[in-house]
Amino acid sequence: MKALAGVNFELYPKEMVVLLGASGSGKSTLLNILGGLDLPTSGHVYYGSQDLSMANDHELTLFRRDHVGFVFQFYNLIPSLTAYENVALVTEIAPHPISPAKALELVKLGDRMHHFPAQLSGGEQQRVAIARAIAKQPDILLCDEPTGALDKQTGILVLEAIENINRELGTTTAVITHNTVVGGMADRVVTISDGLISGVSHNSHRQPASELVW
Amino acid sequence: MSALNQKLKRDLWKLRGQVLAVALVIGSGVATLVMSLSTVEALQDTTDAYYQRYRFGEVFAFATRAPLRLVNQIADIPGVQTVQTRISRYATLDIEGFAEPAIGQIMSIPDYGQPQLNQLVIRKGSWISPGRDDQVILSEPFAEAHGLTLGDQISIIMNDNKRRFYIVGIALSPEFIYSIGPGALMPDDKRFGIMWMGRDVLAAAYDLKGSFNNITLTLSHNAASAPVLNRLDVILEQYGGVSAITRKDQISNWFVMNEIAQQKTMATILPTIFIAVAIFLTNMVLARLIATERTEIGLLKAFGYSRFEIAWHYSKMMMVICLIGVLVGSLLGAYFGRLNTELYAELYRFPLLIYRPSPYSFAIAAGISLVASLLGALGAVNKAVKLPPAEAMIPPSPNIYRHTFLTTSVFTRWLDQPSRIAIRQLGRWPIRSFLTSSGIAMAAGLIIMTLQWDDSLGHLKRVYFFEAQRQNIMLSMVEPQANRAVHDIANLPGVMKVEPMRFVSADFNVGPLTHRGSISAILPGSILQPIYDDAQRHSLSVPQDGLMIASRLAKKLKVKVGDIIWVDILEGRRPTVSIPVVGIFETYIGLPVFMHLSALNRLLKERPSFTVANLLVDPNHQNELYQALKDTPKVGAVMLKQSALDSFNKQVIEHLMVFISMFTVLAVVLVFGVTYNSTRIALSERGRELATLRVLGFSKGEISYVLLGEVMFLVLFGLPLGCLFGWLLVWSMAQSFDTEMFRIPLVIEASTYASAIVWVLLAAAASAALVRRRVDKLDLIRVLKTRE
Repeated sequence: MKALAGVNFELYPKEMVVLLGASGSGKSTLLNILGGLDLPTSGHVYYGSQDLSMANDHELTLFRRDHVGFVFQFYNLIPSLTAYENVALVTEIAPHPISPAKALELVKLGDRMHHFPAQLSGGEQQRVAIARAIAKQPDILLCDEPTGALDKQTGILVLEAIENINRELGTTTAVITHNTVVGGMADRVVTISDGLISGVSHNSHRQPASELVW
Repeated sequence: MSALNQKLKRDLWKLRGQVLAVALVIGSGVATLVMSLSTVEALQDTTDAYYQRYRFGEVFAFATRAPLRLVNQIADIPGVQTVQTRISRYATLDIEGFAEPAIGQIMSIPDYGQPQLNQLVIRKGSWISPGRDDQVILSEPFAEAHGLTLGDQISIIMNDNKRRFYIVGIALSPEFIYSIGPGALMPDDKRFGIMWMGRDVLAAAYDLKGSFNNITLTLSHNAASAPVLNRLDVILEQYGGVSAITRKDQISNWFVMNEIAQQKTMATILPTIFIAVAIFLTNMVLARLIATERTEIGLLKAFGYSRFEIAWHYSKMMMVICLIGVLVGSLLGAYFGRLNTELYAELYRFPLLIYRPSPYSFAIAAGISLVASLLGALGAVNKAVKLPPAEAMIPPSPNIYRHTFLTTSVFTRWLDQPSRIAIRQLGRWPIRSFLTSSGIAMAAGLIIMTLQWDDSLGHLKRVYFFEAQRQNIMLSMVEPQANRAVHDIANLPGVMKVEPMRFVSADFNVGPLTHRGSISAILPGSILQPIYDDAQRHSLSVPQDGLMIASRLAKKLKVKVGDIIWVDILEGRRPTVSIPVVGIFETYIGLPVFMHLSALNRLLKERPSFTVANLLVDPNHQNELYQALKDTPKVGAVMLKQSALDSFNKQVIEHLMVFISMFTVLAVVLVFGVTYNSTRIALSERGRELATLRVLGFSKGEISYVLLGEVMFLVLFGLPLGCLFGWLLVWSMAQSFDTEMFRIPLVIEASTYASAIVWVLLAAAASAALVRRRVDKLDLIRVLKTRE
């Protein structure tokens, strides 16, 4: 069984890509490989000129640490750290971070930064996760079903945050979702089914996240 | 197999590391219990079988010279079953190549085959030949100590005549399992031995034809011994009889029984502590284990399994773990128990060994462990099955952390985030953290308790053999010597100082309470063996009148300073007198009673005399002294402090230390079990968090720090707690380990604390290394996808 086969895919600087696909289509596998969490059984993955498919564990760790920001479906905040500290967790080990406070301002959580995860709503927790992902000023922001665990309104707020980051910081962003509507906010929408890229479409006009309706 | 049982099987396999670690914790508790119970049982069984098979006497009495015609009269005493008369004498031995004087106790045996009572176990050679007057059977320990074997000759000075005997047999006897020379504290096989020879030879040598000086009886079933003893005393009185004793007071048996009693004390105290700690740890570990299963429990409930079915499912899991523990512990305990019994059998030279632990000890151990761990685990299961299924299934909402001292205090500002995670985890679960630390502390305490035996016994040895006794040689006189003999001894070569002393056997009675012991009488100003308070560590001066008694005896007789003790002196004219207690002092060994030598002589209505001389001898002239002593007939036995110390080391310390080291091994196993489980459970509780950190770019080393850092804090907190707990255990041990033979002083050296700490750190490091391997293999993607 192969989750992905014959996939040829490129991410361009500053671009916003949405990877669309039903569950089991292989989109998460693709994201994991892009993020240095997993290695392809065959084929190559390049980050610039670095061949990630040949990298060892230490090199993958450094790649993630220095270049990639992750946002997960279930936020994965550390419950024992405040919002501020969850962000600081990453800025402490990143080479060129912005301050945790500033990252939280970017996701409009400046006033809640000393709250623990348990004291925040789901949307707020996800925005902390986004702040945590972007605080290191990553080259790539990878978001795996960022709105999957959220209601619609909160989901929009989170997508707006991602959109802001992409526009203001110019971070290359890939968002995985099964929600076709989200594709509207992308520069490019890549559809994946059964482990293959089944379609690519370009949006001439990116729809603001706030205008998305589902 | 039902799906649930299949799950059980797979869960057990998945958790095998923890299953094994918990099983080891249970197992070490079970092992201590099985080992101790079975050793006591085996010792008791072996001794009983030995006594029975070789017809060990039940009553013993001594006289100076009693005519054989008394035998019929004695046999007629109601309750007496078998009568055996003997001749027994102490004699000085002359052994080639052994400069120091040695003493033999010669016992008569019939010319033709085994006596009716106190039969010999012939280990080598044969019985003496009838009619020959130059054959002897030697006790095995003595023969081995001197390398004597069949056909060798030995010189015995009998009534001032040196005679040579051929060794025809090497034997053991139930009467001399513990053979102690006159006045000695410990067996010393080089300087004291038992030998058996034909009755006629002894009768001729000591002019005891048609007489006996030693008699032993067995009683018919259910016969009371007291009336027999009384009658016997009356019959033997005019023949110099010393009051008859039962088997209970027979010296060898007394020591063996005391040893068994001591073993019993250890068998109660140590395993009780072990099992209690093991149960606590098992409960703690199982409760956490179950807590990590909450999602699965929710799922099962959602499928429609009843609370009872779920509880039963987890109970089965616990039972399997427990049974593995009981099995491992029983095997280990039986192995250690057998080893321990074999050591005793070797020490006592039991000719047979019965190690058949009854199912009783295993059942007790298994029952206690099973019930206790089920009770502990059910608490946790119960908590989990109470949750509504939906709640149990959704991922637990983030644990609630709030700002506390730990988040706001100045020092946390300096910490990096990983350290904060570790510390807050502790603050979030203060009770659980405290319990884990207590678990580590208890295990550390157990190690301290087992290791400190070396400290206590070392201290006891220093105080008893060096501070309280400053002589290096003790001479025991054949009969009381007039005081002027002190000057004769002082003139012997190498003697720097002499102090006379007198020992008399006595019964001490206070109302219904009674104790058979002896009085040590010394002169004021004695420094070689003064009255010494082992706890205060200073000498006390001997009062003009009255008794100074050991605190343990005061406790036994329930007396305090000012009370009167009725003393039956069992020698000389055998007076019964009332003497007040004028002082009580602490001792670690025995139950000594001291009084003024002149006061004792007055009671006995004798001229100033002594039976023991304490000597300080110049070691350079020791051999000249031995030579001179061999020609001094009034000296019965020569006791060297060094050899007493050597045999104390061999008999008590070495043996005890083997036993204790078994406990130490089990305590270390326990420490490992606890630390491994705590770390391993922490990992399964926080795998997701750690995987997240890995994804965020933290290296393996860094996330290991978050996890192991928490464990490290728990261990560091547990260590001082463990030292405190160890002290408490030692204290309670010292309180309960209180036999008449010796008491254990509460002494814990710094090095013992240090070793315990090192062991805990090693166990923690080993667990950390094992868990670290798991951290390294953490599946990042799976952990992120699934919520545990």
